[in-house]
Amino acid sequence: MSLAQLTLHEASDKLRKRELTSVELTEAVYQRIADTDDKVHAYLTLAREAALEQANRADEKLKQARDPAPLLGIPIALKDNFLTKGLRTTCASKILGDFIPPYDATTVDKVRSAGAVIIGKTNLDEFAMGSSVENSAFFATCNPWNLERIPGGSSGGSAAAVAADECIAALGTDTGGSIRQPAACCGIVGLKPTYGRVSRYGIIAFASSMDQVGPMTKDVRDAALLLEAIAGQDPADSTSINSSVPRYSAALNGDIKGLRLGIPKEYFVSGMQIEVGEAVRSAIRELEKHGAVIEEISLPHTEYAVAVYYIVATAEASSNLARYDGMRFGRRANGKDLIETYMISRDEGFGAEVKRRIMLGTYALSAGYYDAYYLKAQRVRTLIRKDFDAAFGRCDVIVTPTAPTTAFRLGEKTQDPLQMYLSDIYTISINLAGLPAISLPCGFDGEGMPIGLQIIGKHFDEATILRVADTYERATEWHKTKPRIQDR
Amino acid sequence: MKLTREGIDRVAVLARLRLTPEEQASLTEDLDHILGYMEKLNQLDTADVEPFNHAVNIENTLRDDRVTNQPNADALLANAPARDATFFKVPKIIE
Amino acid sequence: MKYEPVIGLEVHAQLLTESKIFCGCSTKFGQEPNQNTCPVCAGFPGVLPVLNRRVVEFAIKAGLATHCEIARSSILARKNYFYPDLPKGYQISQYELPVCIGGYIDVDIDGTQKRVRLTRIHMEEDAGKNIHDAHGDASLVDLNRAGVPLLEIVSEPDMRTAAEAGAYLRTLRQILQYLEVCDGNMEEGSFRCDANVSIRPAGSEILGTKIEIKNLNSFRAVERAIKFEIDRQIDTLSDGGTLIQETRLWDENREETRSMRSKESAHDYRYFPDPDLLPLIIDDTWTDEVRVTLPELPATRKQRFAAEYTLPAYDAELLTARKDVADYFEAAVKVHPNAKALSNWIVGDLFRVLKERKLDDQLYISHWPVAAAHLAQLVQMIDHGKITGKIAKTVFEAMLDSNKPPQQIVGETGLEQVSDTGSIETAIDQVLASNPKQLAQYQSGNEKVFGYFVGQVMKATQGRANPQKLNEILREKLKTSVRQ
Repeated sequence: MSLAQLTLHEASDKLRKRELTSVELTEAVYQRIADTDDKVHAYLTLAREAALEQANRADEKLKQARDPAPLLGIPIALKDNFLTKGLRTTCASKILGDFIPPYDATTVDKVRSAGAVIIGKTNLDEFAMGSSVENSAFFATCNPWNLERIPGGSSGGSAAAVAADECIAALGTDTGGSIRQPAACCGIVGLKPTYGRVSRYGIIAFASSMDQVGPMTKDVRDAALLLEAIAGQDPADSTSINSSVPRYSAALNGDIKGLRLGIPKEYFVSGMQIEVGEAVRSAIRELEKHGAVIEEISLPHTEYAVAVYYIVATAEASSNLARYDGMRFGRRANGKDLIETYMISRDEGFGAEVKRRIMLGTYALSAGYYDAYYLKAQRVRTLIRKDFDAAFGRCDVIVTPTAPTTAFRLGEKTQDPLQMYLSDIYTISINLAGLPAISLPCGFDGEGMPIGLQIIGKHFDEATILRVADTYERATEWHKTKPRIQDR
Repeated sequence: MKLTREGIDRVAVLARLRLTPEEQASLTEDLDHILGYMEKLNQLDTADVEPFNHAVNIENTLRDDRVTNQPNADALLANAPARDATFFKVPKIIE
Repeated sequence: MKYEPVIGLEVHAQLLTESKIFCGCSTKFGQEPNQNTCPVCAGFPGVLPVLNRRVVEFAIKAGLATHCEIARSSILARKNYFYPDLPKGYQISQYELPVCIGGYIDVDIDGTQKRVRLTRIHMEEDAGKNIHDAHGDASLVDLNRAGVPLLEIVSEPDMRTAAEAGAYLRTLRQILQYLEVCDGNMEEGSFRCDANVSIRPAGSEILGTKIEIKNLNSFRAVERAIKFEIDRQIDTLSDGGTLIQETRLWDENREETRSMRSKESAHDYRYFPDPDLLPLIIDDTWTDEVRVTLPELPATRKQRFAAEYTLPAYDAELLTARKDVADYFEAAVKVHPNAKALSNWIVGDLFRVLKERKLDDQLYISHWPVAAAHLAQLVQMIDHGKITGKIAKTVFEAMLDSNKPPQQIVGETGLEQVSDTGSIETAIDQVLASNPKQLAQYQSGNEKVFGYFVGQVMKATQGRANPQKLNEILREKLKTSVRQ
């Protein structure tokens, strides 16, 4: 077995026991990248030299440290919307040009301080807008399980890198499912924490009221460890919450007796791939075997979530992306005057989907339409949030599929943006309500593509969803199955 | 609400996006389609519903009035498409 | 037709915080371009704003001082537009729920009071500075000012004349200066004003077409521009023309307003609540905490000065125009309670020095040329007969910048009254010797000549002889001479 296949906690154990050095592990990861990334295309930028330096330093620390942090010496990948000081950050957009950030995102600073080795920056849909990475301005990323399929998005590069063992673990961001859906597509674990649990400072904003950073890992324990390292209040992020960070890894005790699983009836309806429904139902039965109790619940406003999400998210994005104007950083086109310079720089710099969303969001906020679209959507968002409040009166976690289908084929949905948006149906309500949710593997479809199980928790109750996910994972082997990366 | 070409043009200027005629046509169609879907929100009576405010109710986070940044104009100007001494240089602004 | 002007003012007051509204950059004026910048105020990818607590405190202060309601929950909103001096492509401001609502300011106009209502006060960030024309084909952007905190204070259209607008503006500035939230410097742009002017037929309740005037960089400009604009509007309508709602710029040199070419057909700022900032909650505890820090405001203080120190209204007005002067006066009066004499010294000699040295340009007089206690001691010395008023003027000049109490100056410079018996005796002897005629008169019982001798001795000692000692010794000497 290649060292690159190790999970974070396995690698960490070996590093502590000095059975392995961080440099060896890092080299193994780069070797794996050399072998497979010309097929997967997970990375936009590699930072080999700096990474090996970090690995060396980690090895020095490992020699001295009594109780080293779990991340010390662990090679991880970062989605390319995390600002990394001195390391090119593109957000998969041409408009950022060769942007070299002058500072590190708070989460980057945290994993660096914990001794993690930053391997490189992974591909994504431009400005994290998409569900397939097909909106990257540079190239598409392929699903390691089937190179003709999308890896999911927008954190598809991170998901593919984890699934293909091109890193030990990765960080992604999730605005409407961008961690969970690619995790489901690639057969890995992805956790979107409660809004406010993890700092957003230094993450290139898409929709500020929903963006959240989270771990993408090979198993649930890894997700718990990585979340511990990045969670907590950040004085630089007014929306981050002053709430103590539990030791999530200590919550993984396998005990879910009496825990109430809410099953929303609105999530098991037409449009879902049959095998997805079957796999999720069988996962629910497995959890029942471990003592969980099933509660049918209702989230009546689910059908409005896509409309609400695509109004609120695009409105915020239209404003967040105004700073990409070619004045202080990024690409500037030559216009005959100021306004033309703005318009051409942004026309040339942004891809079709980003422009579509900027247009949609600008429209939703513009005079005469604000009340009908933006304000209306924010009112319905309240109703969606109240659905969850009511549901959590009756259950402890909610269990659903992560996505209605397994990974679709590259190019299959690019012609119809609305169809693409509708595939986010199971994930976006969670962002609208600010809840934590995890996706983990729960089976494969007839074509061997992974299926994701989503477990949604109460605000700040990441510990419970991790415990449920871990209990399920212990009873199953899905997460241990590895893709065989074959040429297309 | 039917989206017109003129409507699209107005929004494109607000958003500072130059659109080719093809983009204009396809965006008009896409947005019209998407906005048509959004109409489903009108099925709901929300007159008595407060707009969503924030995911989690928390206290103000405010900072103390202290200067914590050291001057470092060069670090910020390093990515500038054009500069003049420590100014950002931009196309001529005509008032 | 007779027209009635309707005037409302929008004031932008730059707040006297150490750091910017959303980041830890300095607000210091006059730095090298882009020195006071960081990724946050330069609108870099990934940055987030964190609100400066003192900005909120200053807003509450201003709101309480102008009788506003302080909103328990207010919202920071984004105002979206593109401009090179606006790094994020939006300005963080307040729109639907500002921090202060309503309120009013009582303005004294030629002895009568007029109440001008406020619509709102809100917090926002300033933009950077574009420098035009420096280079042929380019403009230059300096973001030092981007993110400096401002209060926008919007009045109701309650003013009817340019003079009223000027008086309102001065009163508002004085209040903000008293609160020490804004230095009120119009020339440097830390106190800026836009005027909305319209006219309507006298007696009508309907508002006319509103014209906004910008580029008003002094009180004079505000009043002149409003006057010009009222006349222009009346002329236009009287000539059968129509007015269009627009923004006009005041041209200081040509003394006229002119239309700004509108680049965009219409602004559409697409305000919406900033998702990066939570609703700002101000509970009663916080408001009360700020309330107790409010200083006595100028109008109240003026009345109190007149009553408590029995000063003429004119003196009270001058002494309370600036908070620091009023504080200075009260510090002095504590040391020596001769209010009227102190007032005379302050509005006379001290003001002259402040003006000469341009010290009154600043919000705070950071260094008083004469300490309040010292000025009081000077007056005390006069009142106690230790020095004459005339000498006091000389002492005052010598006190400037020396930071020495008047007693010391008097001692060191020999301006002190001569008190040693020997010198006084010598002087008296000389005077008596050279005035035999007057001496003879005294000896023959004309005691009025006593005063003459005093005057002569004072003259001989350049006014410095200690009057008491002089009297004592002179009396003694004359007694002896009579006995002889």
